[in-house]
Amino acid sequence: MLAFAPESLVIAALTIPLIGALLIPLFHSAPNARESVTLATAGALTFTVWSLLPHVLAGARPAAIDIAVVPGLNIAFSVEPLGMLFALIAATLWLVTSVYAIGYMRGNDEPRQTSFYVCFAVALWATMGIAFAKNLFTLFIFYEILTLSTYPLVAHKANGEAIRAGRIYLLILIGTSMVLLLPAIAWTWVLAGTLDFTSGGILNGKTTPFALCALLALFAFGIGKAALMPLHFWLPAAMVAPTPVSALLHAVAVVKAGVFTILKVVVYIFGIETLAYAGSGTWLVYAAGFTVIAASLVALRQDNLKARLAYSTVSQLSYVILAAAILTPISAVGAAMHIAAHAVSKITLFFAAGAIYTAAHKTEISELAGIGRRMPCTMGAFAIGAISMIGLPPTAGFLGKWFMLSGAMQTGQWLPVAIIVVSTLLNAAYFLPIVYTAFFEREPAAHAVGAEAAHEHGEAPLPIVIALIFTAAATIGLFLFPEVPHALAKLMVGG
Amino acid sequence: MNAVTAQLPALQVVIPLLGAIIAAFLRRGTLAWAWAALITALTPVIAFAQLHQVWTNDTISYRMGGWPPPIGIEYRVDLLNAFVLLLVSLVSTIMMPYARRSVAHEIDGDKQAWFYCMYLLGLAGLLGITITGDAFNAFVFLEISSLSTYVMIAMGRDRRALVASYQYLIIGTIGATLYVIGVGLLYLVTGSLNFADIGTRLAEASAAYPRPVLAGLAFLFVGISLKLALFPLHVWLPNAYAYAPSFATAFLAATATKVAIYLLLRIVFSVYGVAIDLNTLPVSTVLYPLSIAAMFIASILAVYETNLKRMLAYSSVAQIGYITLGIALMNQAGLTGSVVHLFNHALIKGALFLALGAIVYRAGTIKLDDLGGIGRTMPLTFAAFVFAGMSLMGVPGTAGFISKYYLIVGALDAGLWPIAFLIVASSLIALVYIGRAVEVAYFRPIASAPANAKDPPLMMLVPILVLTFASIYFGIDTELSAGVASRVAETLLGGLK
Repeated sequence: MLAFAPESLVIAALTIPLIGALLIPLFHSAPNARESVTLATAGALTFTVWSLLPHVLAGARPAAIDIAVVPGLNIAFSVEPLGMLFALIAATLWLVTSVYAIGYMRGNDEPRQTSFYVCFAVALWATMGIAFAKNLFTLFIFYEILTLSTYPLVAHKANGEAIRAGRIYLLILIGTSMVLLLPAIAWTWVLAGTLDFTSGGILNGKTTPFALCALLALFAFGIGKAALMPLHFWLPAAMVAPTPVSALLHAVAVVKAGVFTILKVVVYIFGIETLAYAGSGTWLVYAAGFTVIAASLVALRQDNLKARLAYSTVSQLSYVILAAAILTPISAVGAAMHIAAHAVSKITLFFAAGAIYTAAHKTEISELAGIGRRMPCTMGAFAIGAISMIGLPPTAGFLGKWFMLSGAMQTGQWLPVAIIVVSTLLNAAYFLPIVYTAFFEREPAAHAVGAEAAHEHGEAPLPIVIALIFTAAATIGLFLFPEVPHALAKLMVGG
Repeated sequence: MNAVTAQLPALQVVIPLLGAIIAAFLRRGTLAWAWAALITALTPVIAFAQLHQVWTNDTISYRMGGWPPPIGIEYRVDLLNAFVLLLVSLVSTIMMPYARRSVAHEIDGDKQAWFYCMYLLGLAGLLGITITGDAFNAFVFLEISSLSTYVMIAMGRDRRALVASYQYLIIGTIGATLYVIGVGLLYLVTGSLNFADIGTRLAEASAAYPRPVLAGLAFLFVGISLKLALFPLHVWLPNAYAYAPSFATAFLAATATKVAIYLLLRIVFSVYGVAIDLNTLPVSTVLYPLSIAAMFIASILAVYETNLKRMLAYSSVAQIGYITLGIALMNQAGLTGSVVHLFNHALIKGALFLALGAIVYRAGTIKLDDLGGIGRTMPLTFAAFVFAGMSLMGVPGTAGFISKYYLIVGALDAGLWPIAFLIVASSLIALVYIGRAVEVAYFRPIASAPANAKDPPLMMLVPILVLTFASIYFGIDTELSAGVASRVAETLLGGLK
């Protein structure tokens, strides 16, 4: 196999999606060629990112590009373990989602497919920038690009609801990042004189515990993509987007960029020990814990499948924040593991929701009675994703919770333990009925509900089914072979 | 060669001034355009040579007619005005290719030569205000540029352009009168009209006649504030920008207010600041509330405006608020932010107004409600609008972010963190009005006006794209913008008493 220098791999990962975004419009009138470009781009990116992995596991921290914009603000990239993990997840799942999107976009005759694929590629470019950012400033640039490039995807349907959702999306995400995150970054710069992500943090001994507490609040709420309550409602609104967008961006890339940023800020800007010593992170346990429970309760009441999944995402994202707020190395490992686990499981669930919409044109949970018999692959995959959400073995979701619980118990923090246990029950309460309805209830007879209920259908188009089987398999695979995320997560906390 | 370089400061003004007269005699529009383009293209060459000279050596002092200052008129080029000269001349040059079609579209054939004559006069006036070291000479150039501007605005197709021009004429004349009264007061107490010379004599004069010195500042300040459209003295600006020919709007938005801001900086820092401790003068006290009011009120007015040109005009008033806020901060980072925003905003607003002009050219309207789907029929033009709009909001990675960053750091350095919050909060409002235009342009069904529109010809498109590219590029490479601006700020603050 060809061996590339890790530095050039970093540059490749940061340019490939952009090249794809520029090439896609050239094939506007030839959909097959256009989708081939998307697949080739996603494939090349996945290959590039995986080629970086051995270097990072071997301890290298390949860096590339360093442009000083103004003194102190540099656009610079460097790959560290957590960013590596995030990039691996995003790139691999982009490839899978691209396959899925072809089936979905064609199956539903969506308009403006060219700009859809362009925005998708730009969003992935921004995701790579976030994953590999060497400092907060670079991360912030790509964080905003990610928001701006996904806005057209949210408003894609261009009807009143989509445009309103787009407004909420932009105002919350840009608003929080400008009004809270930017001052937080400026404040960090004033305190520490640097914005580089550094092992052990850069704020040790720089300020008072109270200021650390306020700064953490600016970060936690300023990073709106992490959907901490009460700044979560952009996420359910964004569900109006086509399902591939909800699946990859609003279950993986965008929201994970949020919790990823929080985790990076806690680990590399504050430093776990600095925060734990100052006791400035305690309130975050409450805020995240509240979000975990409250979002689950809201999810219980949703009949729309995508809305329930969205609130489940809000809840699951706060697991990661909660794990970070426990402030022990082992729970930080759990946070990283959960990012990976939730990514593959939630994307499976969204894929399934989109498959149901494409094949049966159903969006509400109450309409799903008996659908498991028409779409066994889809609903089987859905069941696996649901089990992972609850956190049961043999699925990936178990691992993240395991590490989080260990971390909390190790330091005797019983509140997080209680939150995790209660929320597990709630997860079961809102996911298992869907699986039960789909497999064990009888499909209503044609005359009972109307002609539409009797719509004859089988599985969704083949690309969709392939994609969701793959991610469902990955959900189990990650439980059986957790070496890669686990190794990266341990490297992150310096273990 | 040396004989020419020695005369550069004079040529900077004389070339467009004489060019204007010749342009008036070229009866044909295209010919006059070609002439104006040629003349304009010479100005940045001179400006660049001067900037190079002051960057490496020192201030250039040129004696007009060989008379030594302070009796004779001195043209004095330091880093600050070399920077502004380059900005004004370069942006005008970039815009010139655009002018031909847009002007031909909006102005009758027999009047086009007059338009270019007025444009060159306006350019000469702006360059003159910037380069001169003489307070009264600055007044003369202020009038030259203002009078030509009134004519340019009045040439707009809409009949309301006449009212707008008249309104601006009244207000502009009041402003100029106040300015000249201020100059008169300073002359009475110091006996000099030369900026630098007034500066050296002012400390003594201020001790003897404190009240006229303070009154002089008040007259100068208000007079210039009328020209730079400081809130609430901005009322002339929205109409003037909205009804002037598209090219004139873009030219004025990018250059005229910037030159007025330059004049304010010169008076505050090089005349008063060198003689009197600025903290004892009510400059910041006045500028803080007015700047912040501009940032919020004008931005909110922009949100409710359905005429896109007026929307951007209000946005200009708001952006001027950021620039004056940086002046009020009076520290290194704040002043750097102010000067760099002067530069960045010229590029951004130039790009935005040129894009609107292209929309007028193709779709014939700039009423937001009639422009449904314009983003799909004029993809490149509107993409430029979106990117320049992002820079206006201050998205990181764009030029607008650099300005905001310096202003925020300036506010934090001054210990004024609420102001830092106000800066970021007000820039959110830009998201609302730009976002509203984006929604209409991309997500509404294609309306009748834009249905047959397409991107404008290359001569118009290229200047739009160049300025848009610049308003992104200077967010990444800030050597020429923030690099120079921070040295300018250093010099201005270093000279303070």
